[in-house]
Amino acid sequence: MATTQVATSKPLVVQSSSQVQRRDRLSGPIGMFLLYAMLIGLALLTAFPFYYMLVTSTHRSATILRIPPPLWFGDALVQNYTDLISALPFWNAFANSTAIAAIHTVLVLFFCSLAGYAFAKYRFPGREGLFAFLLATLMVPGVIGLIPSFVIMRWLGWIDTWYPLIVPGIANAFGIFWMRQYIDSAIPNDLMDAARIDGAHEFRIYWNVIVPVIAPALAALAILTFMGKWNDFQWPLLILKEEAKYTLPVALSTLRSLRGTEIGVQILGATGAVLPILIVFLLASRQFIAGITAGAVKGG
Amino acid sequence: MATLVAGQTAPPPRSKFWRDVRRNLWPYVFISPFYLLYAVFGIFPLLYGLWLSFHTWDGISPMEWVGAENYSTLLFDDIWWKTIYNTVWLFFGATVPQLTIALILAFIINTPYIRGKDIFRAAYFMPIVASAVAVALIFNSLFGERYGILNHALSYVGLGPIDWLGSRHWLKPSIALVTIWQWTGYTMVIYLAGLQSINPELYEAARVDGALTRHIFRHITLPLLRPVILFQVILSIIGAMQNFDIPVMLAGGTQSSAPGGTDRAGLVSMVLIYWTAFKYTQFGYAAAMAFVLFVLIVLFSFLYNRWQGRNPTD
Repeated sequence: MATTQVATSKPLVVQSSSQVQRRDRLSGPIGMFLLYAMLIGLALLTAFPFYYMLVTSTHRSATILRIPPPLWFGDALVQNYTDLISALPFWNAFANSTAIAAIHTVLVLFFCSLAGYAFAKYRFPGREGLFAFLLATLMVPGVIGLIPSFVIMRWLGWIDTWYPLIVPGIANAFGIFWMRQYIDSAIPNDLMDAARIDGAHEFRIYWNVIVPVIAPALAALAILTFMGKWNDFQWPLLILKEEAKYTLPVALSTLRSLRGTEIGVQILGATGAVLPILIVFLLASRQFIAGITAGAVKGG
Repeated sequence: MATLVAGQTAPPPRSKFWRDVRRNLWPYVFISPFYLLYAVFGIFPLLYGLWLSFHTWDGISPMEWVGAENYSTLLFDDIWWKTIYNTVWLFFGATVPQLTIALILAFIINTPYIRGKDIFRAAYFMPIVASAVAVALIFNSLFGERYGILNHALSYVGLGPIDWLGSRHWLKPSIALVTIWQWTGYTMVIYLAGLQSINPELYEAARVDGALTRHIFRHITLPLLRPVILFQVILSIIGAMQNFDIPVMLAGGTQSSAPGGTDRAGLVSMVLIYWTAFKYTQFGYAAAMAFVLFVLIVLFSFLYNRWQGRNPTD
């Protein structure tokens, strides 16, 4: 896409408006150099905290606080790791985060694709109104629900359990919207009609015909949902009381308050929370970005 | 199957509407989880929160109706208005720059002669995948007053040292810096997706007609991107007014008895609501705060929409 544009636009521009181009400094050779220098500089600036994170998790406070600060890897990784797992149940929190995010994600994929399918492929009374309501809920600020939601969870006896973290968002407006957009544009109606003629039950059609062909949309939604749950902080902080149940961000937040914790140990903990998601992002950045942009652009 | 269900039900449907509803029972079943869950975890908390804001309640003993007393107390609560000031400060100090830089970056990357779009896009987007708590731990160290790497870098140009997280003047700019770092790439990627839906022939035609880059930006990009920008700004207002993770972690942490850091310079409304409800157990008062914040968010979004929402070509 980008290369074809370059090929077609360049000769056009050079031939037809070279005088204008000279005034328009951004596309001259010096302008291009400055543009790239700025873009690359910003990219390095953006990446630096991640690099710093990796480097610092291999040092002890004594070397981190030296002047100049270390910019290359040290040899204290093992020592930091031993300190980290004695300061907090790191792997336990890691497993909790993984399990909560995974269960939540599977449920989200099921309920959102089911509802998205219904909105995309059935013509039922009230469809437009119900869908508009669903979209409107995306714009409702959550702040007013925080305190009452906590009270509800207490009524349900769900405080200090995983249910409040897993259940509330499983059929969420964004996921349904995203699945509807995909199914609406990518699945031909003939596919369902053929199954219906064969006498398939409506749920069977969803499960056997629709689910297998919406894998790309499910993958993008899965990545986004998993990441959101994995990084979620305020709500688990409120719900989880017992240290053994902490998710990774909640466990890490206690490190911030422990006076005298080695800096390298804190940063190593942060690395443990960031690295898994970062690796998945680097491997599947296309799906990540597709999922995140869909809502904002098509919704607007 | 659907027709079978309709056939089984005994009384004849009264109107076409109900006939259609019965014929389509399955899609209603398929979409029902959202509406059931939203009723329980969305609408009910909203109403219950409003109800709560007219009571005093410590979370345990019976609630006591106090009418609008929470609101009248709130009106003269200096700390509350300070958090509103801090929150709005951070909106203009972090969110507005973030949205602006993202727009310019997206415009630059979208120009056809820039190579490596995917790499830049991924690089700028990266910070958003990191947990805010982890980000705060990293920046906590980067921002160190005496030995932090940022102050060390500044010392080469003869600046500082700056007490980034300790001084009341620098705490908000520090939070803003981290927010800009984390969100600019995300917003840029959204703008970029919007820009890519603009027909490239429009740019070419403008170039042939001799338009300068800044003219193209003002007269083609901005108007065509307007709906995306509008949507993004409103979502950002909603998000920024409820900001919690980064401010709470950079200004004292979750165990702090003095949230918001020195002189409460980093205390945002959401953090005060959290502390008032769950640490000071004043549920009713905190619910009133939440409702005021809710109204402010709706008001700001509405005003922005009124200001920018109309189509300039109308």
